[in-house]
Amino acid sequence: MSVYRQLATRLLGHDSLFVRRTFGGIHPPAFKQHSLRSRIMDTPIPAQLHIPLNTTQRESLSMLVAIGERVRKYQKLAEVSLGDDHGTSLPVHAPTSGVMRALALAPVADHESSEQLCLTLEADGRDEAIALRPEANAAIERLSGAEIQVRIRDAGILGMGGAGFPTAVKIESGNGFGVELLIINCAECEPYISADEALIRERAEHVVAGAELLRRACSARRLVIAIEDSKNDAIAALRQALESETVLETRCELIVIPAKYPAGSERQLIECLTGVEVPSAEYPTGSGILVQNCGTAHASYEAVVLGRPCISRITTLCGEALLTPKNFEVLLGSSIDFLFGLCGLKQADLSRSVLGGSLMGRELASTESVVCKTTNCLIAAGRGELPAAPAEQACIRCGFCADVCPARLLPQQLLAHCKTGDSIELIEHGLLDCIECGACDYICPSHIPLVSAFKDSKLSIDERQRDRQRSKYWQNRFQFRQYRIKKDKEQSLASRAEARKSSLEPIEQAASEAAADGAGGFSKEQASREIAAAVARVKARRGASSSDKDESK
Amino acid sequence: MLPLISFWPVQLALVAVFCYAITLFIRKIVLVALQQLRTQRSLVTRINNVLPQTQCGQCGHPGCLPYARAISSGEASNKCPPGGKETLFELARLLNEPIRELDPAHGTFKAFSVAVIREEECIGCTKCIQACPVDAILGGPKRMHTVIESECTGCDLCVEPCPVDCIDMVAPTAVPEHAILDSRSVSVQKSGART
Repeated sequence: MSVYRQLATRLLGHDSLFVRRTFGGIHPPAFKQHSLRSRIMDTPIPAQLHIPLNTTQRESLSMLVAIGERVRKYQKLAEVSLGDDHGTSLPVHAPTSGVMRALALAPVADHESSEQLCLTLEADGRDEAIALRPEANAAIERLSGAEIQVRIRDAGILGMGGAGFPTAVKIESGNGFGVELLIINCAECEPYISADEALIRERAEHVVAGAELLRRACSARRLVIAIEDSKNDAIAALRQALESETVLETRCELIVIPAKYPAGSERQLIECLTGVEVPSAEYPTGSGILVQNCGTAHASYEAVVLGRPCISRITTLCGEALLTPKNFEVLLGSSIDFLFGLCGLKQADLSRSVLGGSLMGRELASTESVVCKTTNCLIAAGRGELPAAPAEQACIRCGFCADVCPARLLPQQLLAHCKTGDSIELIEHGLLDCIECGACDYICPSHIPLVSAFKDSKLSIDERQRDRQRSKYWQNRFQFRQYRIKKDKEQSLASRAEARKSSLEPIEQAASEAAADGAGGFSKEQASREIAAAVARVKARRGASSSDKDESK
Repeated sequence: MLPLISFWPVQLALVAVFCYAITLFIRKIVLVALQQLRTQRSLVTRINNVLPQTQCGQCGHPGCLPYARAISSGEASNKCPPGGKETLFELARLLNEPIRELDPAHGTFKAFSVAVIREEECIGCTKCIQACPVDAILGGPKRMHTVIESECTGCDLCVEPCPVDCIDMVAPTAVPEHAILDSRSVSVQKSGART
C-alpha cells in the first residue's frame, strides 16, 4: 500500500502535507502557564551528581575513568553498549568538574526503568571544562550526513521526547528505507509539560538549525516542524527564526496543528500531517517518515555546531506544591530533591511527585531519583491536585472511551478480554496498538483504570510470547535428545558387531596359518589333539605341584 | 502494431486494461493459495505448538507430541497443568470447543520452577540424567551431577528416580537467555557435532 501512497505523494507534491482531522483525542486543561511564566533558568551546580548510565548491567559498561579520578566538564566518562541489536554504544559525559566517587544502582526518573547504574560525581564547584571546538559556519555547510550522524552519536544524544531511543540509531534505521519526510515534533500535548515550548520560545533558531542538521543526517527531502496552535509565543519565535535563518540554509516548513491530546504521539502526528496510518508493529521509517523531538534537534545543534556533548536538558518543574514553578536547564544527574528545593517546595503541601505529565506520568518512588536524558517534567503535586482515582464503578457502556481512543480501539471490549485473560482476542482487538495515552481513563465516567489493565495485559502477552519461544527451544532440545539416543543405540550396535568381528579375527588368522603349516587345512582331529595336549600339560603341572607339596609336608 | 493502435485505440486500451485486471486477479489467487499452503499444517503439529513442551508426562502420555496426537484423536484437552490458562484457551480455540477448567486429576497450575541438585548429597548414580527429557543435567558415573538451569523445563521427572532425594524444585533465579533471544536454538539438522 505504501508504494501507492508514495506514488500519490510524488504526484501530488507539496500539497500532500496538510492538517487532517485525526480520530479521537481529548482536550484536558493544560496547566502550562505557571511554569512558562519565567525564562529557562540554569541551576547552580549541586554538591553531588549521580550520572545515569542508561543500563543496569555492569557488563555493558566500558569505563574510561577510574573511581577517585578527577574529571573535567564535558569529559567522556563511559561508553554504554546498547546491546547486539543496535550494534553501537552510547557515551556518557561529565556535567561538571569534580571527583568520581562510586558506581552503583540508584533511582532514576526515567519512564522505562526506575533504577539504573549511576556514576557518583562529587562536584568541586569550579566547573573547569575541556575546551570545546565549535565549527565555523562554512565547515558545517560542508559536513556530510554520515559525519553529522557520528557527531550526534559521540555527543550521546537520546530521543528527548520521552521514549529515549538513541538518535543516531534512529537515523541509521531510517537510512535503510530512504526517508522522504522528517517531522520535528513540537506538539507537546500532555498537560503540565512545557519544556519544549520554553525551549522553542527562547532558542528557536537553534532548534531550526538542529532540525536542518537532522534532516541532512537522514537525507530526508522535506523537513517539517509541527507545533500545536495553543503555543502562540513559540509559533511566533519559530516564524521569526525561519525568516532570519543565519546558522544554516534550510527549506524548513512550519505546520500548525490543532491542540488536542495526544496530538504529539508519533503515529497520531504522522496521520495528522500526511494521512498515512503507520501499520501496527512497524516503525514509521517503513513509510519513509522519521519523527524527532525538538529537544533532540536542539541537542543535535549543540553537539554538531558547538561541539558540546549532551550533559543537560530542559526539564519542567511544576505543581501546586512549588512556590515558583519554572523550566530549568538541568545538569543530568541532579537529584529531584535538589530541583524541588530550588523552586521552593512546600513540604507540607506535597502529596506525591510525578514524572511526566498528568496523563501518562508515573509516580516516583523517591524524590532522591535523579534527572536523566528523558526526564521532561517533574510535578510536585499539592493536596487535592492529581488526586487518586475514585473507586471503580461498573461500566455503563457509554462508549466514550471508544470515541476518544486515538488508535481507534474499543477500550471497553478490550477490558472485558483483559479480565478473562484471553490473549488471542486481545491481540485481535489490537491491544498492541494501544499507545497508553490515558485518554480513555480520563473520559471514563465510571473511573475504570483501563490503561493499567492494558499495561498488565501487554506484559502478560509479552511473557506468553517469551514462553512460546522457550517451548520451541525445549522442543528442539527434546527432539535432539531423542535423535541422540537413537544414534547412540545404532552406534553401540555397530561397535558391538565390530568387536565381535575383531575377536574372531585372531582365530581365523591362526587357522589360516595352521592351514598354511599343515597344508591340510583346519581339521577337527588336530584341534582335539592340541586340546588334549594342553589338558595333559596342565595335569602334569598340577601333579608336579601336588608332589612338591607332599615333599614339603 | 502502430496502424493497429491508430485504428482501434479505445478498443485496444480496453483490452489492455482487461488483461491487466486479469493478471492482477490471477496473481492474487496464486498468492492466497500459496499462503494457505504455507500455513496449513497438520492439526497435530498445531496442537503440539500450543503445548508447553516441558515433556513432563503429567497428562499421562510420554511427552507433548504423544499427547498432541491423543488430543487430535479425541482426548480431552484439559490435562496440561504446566501450560497454564493460556494453553487451555488456545487449545479450546484451536479445537473449537468450549473452554473447560483444568482436569484436577492431572495436577494444578503451578509457578514455573527448575530442578536444583544438592551437590554435596549427590552420589553420582546418573539416574536423573537418564530421566531428563532435554539433557539439562550434567555429570558422570560416581561424579557429582548438576542441573543447567537455563535448559531445565521444570518437568519434575528427575526428582522421583533420585535414590537419595537430593533434587529440589525451586523458583528460577533469572529469565533464561534463550527465552528472549532465540539465536542459539539447537535443531536436529545441525546435530552433526556428535561423533
